[in-house]
Amino acid sequence: MDYWIVGLLMDSHLTINPFIHQSIHPSIHYPKQMMLNFKTTEDTVNREVVILGVGMTRGGEHWGKSLRQLFVEAALAAIDDAGVDRIGSMYIGCMSSGLFNGQEHIASLMADYLGQKHVPATRVESACASGGAALRMGFMEVLSGLNEVVLVGGVEKMTDVSTDGATYALSTAADQTYESFYGVTFPGLYAMIARAHMHRYGTTRKQLAEVAVKNHLHGSMNPFAQYRQKITVDEVIHSTAVADPLNILDCSPITDGASAVILCSREIAKKFANGNPSLREKPLVKITGSGQATDTIALHSRQDITELRAVAEAAQQAYKMAGKKPGDIHLAEVHDCFTIAEICVLEALGVAEKGQGGKAAESGYTALGGRMPVNTSGGLKAKGHPVGATGVAQAVEIVHQLRGEAGDRQVKNARVGLTQNMGGTGGSCVVHIMEAL
Amino acid sequence: MITPAEYVREIPAHHRLEAGRCKKCRKIYYPARQVCPECQAREFEPLSLPREGKIVTFTVIRVAPSQFSDQAPYAMGIVEVQPGVRLLTQVVDCDLDKIEIGMPVSLEFRKIQEDGEKGVLAYGVKAVPR
Amino acid sequence: MIGIVGYGAHVPRRRIKVEEISKVWGTDADSYKSGLVLEEKSVPSSDEDTISISVEAARNALKRAGIDPQKIGAIYVGSESHPYAVKPSGTVVADAIGATPEVHCADFEFACKAGSEAMFVTMALVKSGWMEYALAIGADTSQGKPGDALEYTASAGGAAFIMGGKNVLAEIEHTYSFMTDTPDFWRREYQFYPEHAGRFTGEPAYFKHVLGAANGIMERAGMKPQDFTFAVFHQPNGKFPLRAGKMLGFSRSQMETGLLCPIIGNTYSGSSPLGLTAILDIAKPGDRILMVSYGSGSGSDGFIWKVTERIREAQDRAPKTREMIAKGKIQVDYGTYAKYRGKIKTG
Repeated sequence: MDYWIVGLLMDSHLTINPFIHQSIHPSIHYPKQMMLNFKTTEDTVNREVVILGVGMTRGGEHWGKSLRQLFVEAALAAIDDAGVDRIGSMYIGCMSSGLFNGQEHIASLMADYLGQKHVPATRVESACASGGAALRMGFMEVLSGLNEVVLVGGVEKMTDVSTDGATYALSTAADQTYESFYGVTFPGLYAMIARAHMHRYGTTRKQLAEVAVKNHLHGSMNPFAQYRQKITVDEVIHSTAVADPLNILDCSPITDGASAVILCSREIAKKFANGNPSLREKPLVKITGSGQATDTIALHSRQDITELRAVAEAAQQAYKMAGKKPGDIHLAEVHDCFTIAEICVLEALGVAEKGQGGKAAESGYTALGGRMPVNTSGGLKAKGHPVGATGVAQAVEIVHQLRGEAGDRQVKNARVGLTQNMGGTGGSCVVHIMEAL
Repeated sequence: MITPAEYVREIPAHHRLEAGRCKKCRKIYYPARQVCPECQAREFEPLSLPREGKIVTFTVIRVAPSQFSDQAPYAMGIVEVQPGVRLLTQVVDCDLDKIEIGMPVSLEFRKIQEDGEKGVLAYGVKAVPR
Repeated sequence: MIGIVGYGAHVPRRRIKVEEISKVWGTDADSYKSGLVLEEKSVPSSDEDTISISVEAARNALKRAGIDPQKIGAIYVGSESHPYAVKPSGTVVADAIGATPEVHCADFEFACKAGSEAMFVTMALVKSGWMEYALAIGADTSQGKPGDALEYTASAGGAAFIMGGKNVLAEIEHTYSFMTDTPDFWRREYQFYPEHAGRFTGEPAYFKHVLGAANGIMERAGMKPQDFTFAVFHQPNGKFPLRAGKMLGFSRSQMETGLLCPIIGNTYSGSSPLGLTAILDIAKPGDRILMVSYGSGSGSDGFIWKVTERIREAQDRAPKTREMIAKGKIQVDYGTYAKYRGKIKTG
C-alpha cells in the first residue's frame, strides 16, 4: 500500500481541492494486479460518485448551431444545474466529428469554447457508445480521486453532411473491410438481426413496430425530443422500406445534439449543496454500477446473431457492482437505434427472456405505467440519436426521472435506473446503474 | 473506398477466400487472424474456404450507400460455408422475394465497388442461388 | 500431345429479348429475330465485367484440369472490353486463382478474336516446352450503340482453356491463321461505343476471313467437312456462321451444338471459344472439331481439335455451358439493361 495511487484511494480524509487537477508522479508504476482491482466496489472503498448536474440540447436539425455551440449549450446547462463554476477535467463522447465536420481534436476545442482553460480534456470514441464510454471514463476518474469534479459530455453534429455522407460516417462503425465493403448499411445489419430473431423466435413485424410506437408516445411527453408526434403500428409497418424487414419508422433519425453531466464525489456534492439551497432540494443520483464490454465488430463473426453478448457482459458487471438484479431496476434507457435493437437489448439485460423481447413493448411491460418503463425519454427513436451524445443523454433522462423532474413522463417512485448504450451492432456496450440517494 | 494498398492486402481474403485455421484448437477464422480468441494460440495455417454455403440471415437493402445505389434494391446475407465459418456478402442473381434462411448458395467472383469513374475496381465474392 | 487440359465457361444470368430492344427503338422484332437468328442476349449485371467472367471461367477450367494453379506459366485474357484501359485484367485473374507470382501475364485485344489469339499463343508456349500449363481466356461484356444493329447482339460471356501436354482432353492437330488489314469494325480511344462499316462487315470482312481460315486449315490438314463431328465459327449473329458453314459444306447438325448466339448473343472474344466449350461438354473420344474465330480488323484463327479419352472424366467436373445458360435466367427490361450497361448518364 505504499503506492501513491493506492494511498489516494484508501485515504478518505484526503483534502481534495476540486479545482486543481492532480498529476500522477511519472516515476510511479502500477502493478498489473492493482489495476485489475479497480473493478469492484469493495476495492474502491468509500468514494461514491454522484451526478450533480445534467444538461442537453433538444435533438433535431440545428441548422444555426455548430458542433461547438451545441456542446457548449449542453455543458453550460449541466454546469448551471450542478451549480459548479469550474471543473477538473472533461471527457467528451463523439463518434465521428472528423467525418461529419472535418474536425478532430475536439476535446481541446470544447474545453476552450467552454472557457475551461487548460483543463485535461479527452475525447472518447466507441461508435454510438462513445457517450456511455465517456461517462464510464468520468466515473472512473472521480472514483480514482484523480479529479473531484468531472464534466462528461457527448456531441454529434450530423446534418452538415448529406444523408449519404451521414450513412457513410455511421457505416464506419461496422467492419469496413468485411462488412461495409460489400454494401451493407447499419439498418441492413440490424435488419439481418431482426430477420434471424423473427425466424428463430417468431418475433412479429407488429412487435417491432410496437417498440417505435411506445417510444414515440414517450417522446411526445419530452420537450427535448426530436420527434414529438405519436405514431401507430400501421404507420410503422407501412412506412418506407429501408432494409427489409426494417422501415424508416423502425430507425432512429439523423440528429444534431449534445448532452452533458457533472460528476463528483458525494462528499464534494454535499459541500456544494451546503452553499446552494436549490441543489439541496434535488435528490442526489449516485452511479452504483458500471460495466463495459466488447464483442466482435463484424456481425457474421458471432455465434448467435440474435444475441448481444457485449450487452449481457456489461450488464452483468454493472449488476454485480450495484448489487442489483434485473428485477430491481425501475426504469431503463436503452439503445433503440432500431426497433429490433431494443428487443435484443432487453433480452441481454435479463429484462426479457431470450427470444421473448418482442413481447415487452407489445404487452405494455416497457411502456410508461408498465412494470418497467423503457426509454421514457422517447429513446433514440423519438428523442433523436446524435450518436456520440446518446450515451450521456440517457443518463440525463435517468437523472431527471430519479429526481422526479420528468413531468408528464415521470415514472412513479423511480429509485433505480439503468442506461445501456452500444456501438455498432453491439460490438461495444456500456451499462450504468444509477440510484436516487 | 478501398485503396490500392488495401486492395492488395485483401486479395487473399476477398479474391481467394483464404481463411486461417488455429493450429492448436483447429477453429477456422475468416479472415485469417493473428491470435485465436478461443485458445490464444498465435499460429495459424491458411486454407481456402469452400465456395458453397447457406444463408443464415439476410436483408434487402433499399436505401443504399451512394456507390451501391445503382444496384439497389439488393440483398445481403450472412453465408455459412462451414459450421461456424461465415461471411457477409451480397446475394445476387435471384428473385429478392424468394431468398430464405437456409437457402443454398454458391460464391461467385464479382466486382464489388468502383472508386468513381477513375479509381480502382474492387473485387470479391457474392452469393448466388445454387 | 499438346492440347486442352481443362476448359470452363461463364455466362451472366441476365437476358434481354430482341422484342424488348425493338420496343424502345421502334423496330420490327420479328424481322430482327429472323434476320439475326437470335432470340435474346446475355446482359452483365453492374457487378460483372470481363475480369469477373474470366475468373469464373478460369475456375471452371481449373476444376476440369485438376491441376495446381501454381503450375500455370502464362495467363492471357483476350477481350475488347477490359475494364481498365491501362492495367491488365490477367493479373486479377492470376491472383484470384492462385497462380501468382511465377506467371507470365498479358491482355490481348483483337476485336472478337482476342480469345482465340490467347489460345494460339498459350499452346505455342506449352509446345515449346517453356511451361507446363498456360491459361487462355476469351471474355467480353461488349456494348453496342443504343439503337444500333449491334445492340441486339452485343452480349457478355467468356471461356477459359488450360493448355498443356499431359492429360489432354482435346489434342490440337492443326492451327492456321488468316489476316488482312480490313477496318470493318473499330473503337477509337476514349470512345464508349464501337463504329462499324455496315454491310462491309459481311462479305469482305467476316466471310472472307472465316472462309479463308477454314479452307486453309482443312487444305493443310488434308481434311474435308465430313471429317469433323462438330464445327464452330465466330457468331456475330446466328446467321453468319450458319451461312459460312453451309458455304464450306458443313451440315446444320455439325454446327448446332456450338451455335450459342441465338440464345446468348455475340459474346465477342468469348464467342467461338464458348461454342467450343458447349461442344466439349457432349463430345466423345475421337470426335474431331473445327473451330474458326473471327476478329474485326480483320482475321481468323483456325483450330482442329481431336477429343481424347480424358474428356469423359472432365466433362462433369464443372457446369456444362448449355446448362449454365439455361439455369436461373433473369429477363430484364430495357431500362434495367440501360442502367446496368451505363447507358444512363447520372452526372
